[in-house]
Amino acid sequence: MVRVYRPESLDEALALLSGKEMAVMAGGTDLMVKCRAGAGTLPSFKKDVLLVGHLIELKGVSQKGGILRIGAATCMEDILRSVDVPEYVKGPVRQIGSPAVRNLGTLGGNICNASPAGDSLTMLYALDAVLEIASAGASRSCRIGEFIAGPGRNTLSEGEILKCVIIPLGAFNRYFYRKAGLRRANAIAKVSFYGLAYVENGKPHDARMALGAVAPTVVRSRKAEELLCDGSLVCARQELLSSMAPIDDVRSTRGYRMVVAENMVDRFFKEVTAD
Amino acid sequence: MINPVRFRINGAWVSVHVDPLMRAVDVFRDTLGLTGTKEGCGEGECGACSVLLDGRLVNSCLIPVGALEGRDVVTIEGYRKTARYALLKECFSEAGAVQCGFCTPGMMLAAEALLSVNPHPDEAAVREALSGNLCRCTGYSAIVAAVMSAARSGGGLW
Repeated sequence: MVRVYRPESLDEALALLSGKEMAVMAGGTDLMVKCRAGAGTLPSFKKDVLLVGHLIELKGVSQKGGILRIGAATCMEDILRSVDVPEYVKGPVRQIGSPAVRNLGTLGGNICNASPAGDSLTMLYALDAVLEIASAGASRSCRIGEFIAGPGRNTLSEGEILKCVIIPLGAFNRYFYRKAGLRRANAIAKVSFYGLAYVENGKPHDARMALGAVAPTVVRSRKAEELLCDGSLVCARQELLSSMAPIDDVRSTRGYRMVVAENMVDRFFKEVTAD
Repeated sequence: MINPVRFRINGAWVSVHVDPLMRAVDVFRDTLGLTGTKEGCGEGECGACSVLLDGRLVNSCLIPVGALEGRDVVTIEGYRKTARYALLKECFSEAGAVQCGFCTPGMMLAAEALLSVNPHPDEAAVREALSGNLCRCTGYSAIVAAVMSAARSGGGLW
């Protein structure tokens, strides 16, 4: 039988996790669906479960000197309610799930789940988010792009818990986010695009672009961003779109994803090259 | 291992001796006999199993009961004892917002979750607040109208 642990502190959680493989559960919005066994039936977890959603060491939002820190078990709604979080961080979070799901689902869960369609991920890639990872008696940090290894795979080692998400903020005056899905709420993205820039006299600076659900992990091309800032729009477009590798799956087709991604990119280019 | 799990439901503390991974919706319905909470999809998409957890709307099909330890739950059975419920019920009836009734407990709790933080919502806010709750009978206009009407006539209740 699977055992369930509810530690009273992060230290206790890390001690429990040390040397063991467990399913670490924060909000449960992904894990409970993955392990769902039907009405009136116990969810079928294969490993022991470590509940961490209640740990205060993993919760909270703060900002200091342009660095935003969000505890891994902070639920999406608490991010939306925080005065420390700029709109360009809140935007994609607001389109995750539904109000009820956003009261449960956590930022850390969305990251560890490592879905190619993870709704917070394009924003986190574009902002060069850094993750603080804790284990018994140690800690390390890791860039988001190095943390996510592939669809559903992250690089957490045994005994490690994602503790905090660190987001360096910037001076952006253009924010653009589009998510194509089947319905406004609770849809998993077929394609998503996140863009940011500081635009002055019709010229973008510090452009950031990330595409979701069009490759095994989020697509970001720094070269495309540089080309866009240099005014080489055609090359920038080509560079970014050639990094995609969309597939046919239950949610959409390769062709549809290509076309929608192109349209989103074009829309963003228009917004950042207008005065 | 946490067993029993202790939490407050509709104002009373309970201890349940069940597997902590049992879904909260199953504990409410099967262990505690509170069948007002419905299960539709079982994967957080339909909102039929919505309850209030520490005052916020959540899907009880996505919560293992162990995560309720020490927390406060209100189901439709608890909510129906309030004046806010009485007004919402009247508004739902008048607007024709109930047909089969399966989504109604979740819709009413979603309305409560909205009005408790935003007593004077515009229509967009109401639609957003209900966006995780599916109705397959009436469509949404009547339900939205019911919530708007409760907000208008609910002076002081929220």
